[in-house]
Amino acid sequence: MYETLILVLDSTVRLSTPLLFACLAGLYSERSGVVDIGLEGKMLGGAFAAGAAAYVSGSPWIGLAAAILVSCLLALIHGYASITQRGNQVVAGVAINFLAAGLTILLGQAWFGQGGRTPQLDKASRFSEVTLPFADSIQDVPYIGLLYSELISGHNALVYISFLAVPLTWWIIFRTRFGLRLRAVGESPAAVDTAGISVGWLRYRAVLICGILCGFSGTYLAIGQSAGFIKDMSAGKGFIALAALIFAKWKPVNAMYACLLFGFLDAVAIRMQGQEIPGIGEVPVQIFQALPYILTVVLLAGFVGRAIPPKASGIPYVKERT
Amino acid sequence: MNAQAHQGPAIELKGIGKSFGPVVANKDIDLVVGKGSVHGIIGENGAGKSTLMSILYGFYTADTGEILISGKKAHIPDSKAAIESGIGMVHQHFMLVDTFSVVENIMLGAEGGAMLDKGIDDARKELKRLAEEYDMHVDPDAIVGELPVGLQQRVEILKALYRGADILILDEPTGVLTPAEADHLFRILDVLRNEGKTVLLITHKLREIMHITDTVSVMRRGEMVATRKTAETSMSELAELMVGRSVLLEVEKQPAKPGAPLLKVENLNVKDERGVMRVKNASLEVRAGEILGIAGVSGNGQSELLKAISGIEKAQTGKVTIGTHVIDLTGECDAAAMRDYGMSHVPEDRHKMGLVNAFSEAENSILGYHREPKYSKGLLLDKEFIRKEAMERIEKYDIRPPSTELKAAKFSGGNQQKIVLAREIERDPDVLIIGQPTRGVDIGAIEYIHKRIIEMRDAGKAVLLVSVELDEIRSLSDRIMVMFDGEIMGERGPEASEQELGLLMAGVKNTEAA
Repeated sequence: MYETLILVLDSTVRLSTPLLFACLAGLYSERSGVVDIGLEGKMLGGAFAAGAAAYVSGSPWIGLAAAILVSCLLALIHGYASITQRGNQVVAGVAINFLAAGLTILLGQAWFGQGGRTPQLDKASRFSEVTLPFADSIQDVPYIGLLYSELISGHNALVYISFLAVPLTWWIIFRTRFGLRLRAVGESPAAVDTAGISVGWLRYRAVLICGILCGFSGTYLAIGQSAGFIKDMSAGKGFIALAALIFAKWKPVNAMYACLLFGFLDAVAIRMQGQEIPGIGEVPVQIFQALPYILTVVLLAGFVGRAIPPKASGIPYVKERT
Repeated sequence: MNAQAHQGPAIELKGIGKSFGPVVANKDIDLVVGKGSVHGIIGENGAGKSTLMSILYGFYTADTGEILISGKKAHIPDSKAAIESGIGMVHQHFMLVDTFSVVENIMLGAEGGAMLDKGIDDARKELKRLAEEYDMHVDPDAIVGELPVGLQQRVEILKALYRGADILILDEPTGVLTPAEADHLFRILDVLRNEGKTVLLITHKLREIMHITDTVSVMRRGEMVATRKTAETSMSELAELMVGRSVLLEVEKQPAKPGAPLLKVENLNVKDERGVMRVKNASLEVRAGEILGIAGVSGNGQSELLKAISGIEKAQTGKVTIGTHVIDLTGECDAAAMRDYGMSHVPEDRHKMGLVNAFSEAENSILGYHREPKYSKGLLLDKEFIRKEAMERIEKYDIRPPSTELKAAKFSGGNQQKIVLAREIERDPDVLIIGQPTRGVDIGAIEYIHKRIIEMRDAGKAVLLVSVELDEIRSLSDRIMVMFDGEIMGERGPEASEQELGLLMAGVKNTEAA
């Protein structure tokens, strides 16, 4: 029983990681007043770039760099449309999603000819699991051994980076000048403008950070969790991350808990495949797979209380007096 | 007047011009503002005051002309440059982050380093020093959105001072304040002047100009038409300069001849969507041929009162009697039904409730009455008739520009209000409910609107007038009620003094004791 629990939690952590990166990415963007429905597209674009670059170069780190680059480019397109051109942010985000979904398959087929996937990667060109010190030596200690060696140790570097990004984000948002301005520009861009700070530059920086984190998320999907890019591999995770962000009320630590919750449901769904539930019998796996989405709807429909977004999010800033 | 007022100018504007497309907002403006003085700029809405100040604060760049700050030529392409030149601005709509604390708002843009910890301590200390120096105390940790507007404005002033502003621009600062808060603001301005700061006060209220300024400049249609020493001018001269002709500041009216009660509201209680009681047990009665004015600082339940009486929102308890119809306000009533009973409503927010900004003037002129048979021809609207009727009203109410096809958004505030007023008054209602009739309306139109309201009264209608402009209430009403925190604090005659009403507006019930 204890072992089962540890295994479920272990896979919870693995499944939460891409959500967490994307959720924090969205947090920067939305705190600055730019609604980002294009997290999904940036993850997907990043995943493809990571898979392709890691295959060509044989290095996961070059894969990561390529993913960040591509994701930032998509972020800049979103930024240009919604900040410079003051377009509709949701429409621009949806366009990013379509662009990424189509381009990854097209380029994947053109370059590798494997039906839109990138070639399988060997172990050296992926992020492989890190064994923390003493993990092997205390493995047999009851309880703690398993906890440490399975749950804490034995993940790849990106997992640790994602969880370290939570306190870092908290610190940046609440303890630095950049964070103060970021929070201000999402609430009242006019106040920021009249304080002599450029609204556009601030939002571009936020959108770029969002791009970087989405790049991490995509990299994790393609060359952390899997051994290559598969078409549509983001599979709605960008939207789940967005839901988690709202659920977390745009706060970094809450975001971590929200992502862990969604990851946990995913882990349970996988665990319950083909399992008999006492008294009910075998439950179709689709029910478990649908669970995270049902929960999203239920939670957002009112169980989290009122989630008040940054006041200016979604509204392009027009320098005009009323 | 002030010893420091003649040390040479703090600001000099030479030949400032600014156009937005074909519209000339500022035309060849010259202005000299003496150091350590309070300089008023007065003019009607749309006279170009705000544009001029936006140029000075770097929100816009002038097409022509130059700006000199303390004798030195200044280039002000953005607000940052303005702040560096020692200019601070208190905007009409506060530029504050509602979810931030006072100290966070103050330090935004002047954090003093990439990390906040040290900056916050410094800001707190400086805030304390400023508070003592200028007698402007405010809790540094209070959340700005939860402060009353008077204090929010104080935060704006402190923000400017924190950045080391020597020149302070205040844009319509008293629009949102109670008389007491406004008086306090004037005392603060006095202290600032004595400390050698230069204050530019933008307003359309003549009384403030007379009360606090040393010098006053008048703008009209984008031009600077006159500058006077305040001590050497009068309200009537300034009013005349503003509109280009004499205006009546006092509303001329005969004593009321009240008849039978036409509107009766009993035991009205209204909760808002958050469950807060916004109107508490209000009852009132308006008779034919009289104007009942409801005074109060905005946000004390007047909006909810208006919405409930006009049938827009449901009340918890209460009924209204219009003539002989008794209507339960808690149940099946709506704004359309109220209109059928003979009540017309000029809503307080014409942009949200009175007009559809994207519709044409003619379309707006039938809003809410568009189902009437006379406007339709079979299944379709009778455009020809609608246009003809709209044109007649445009002539009757002198709506400018005289176009039935122009979008409502393109009209000035005064003309927009006339469109709404024409629509509601021309129904010939028995009861007229009117909220903030002259908010954002220029003097010429104010005079006209006031006249029409008096005419309605003299024609034997019952008029319920809600306004935050105490002057307006006092000059129009035959009886005055004051609302505070959802309660009707008391009733006074039109001869009641401003102090007496002011105390009621501040929630002090027993005026004898005060």
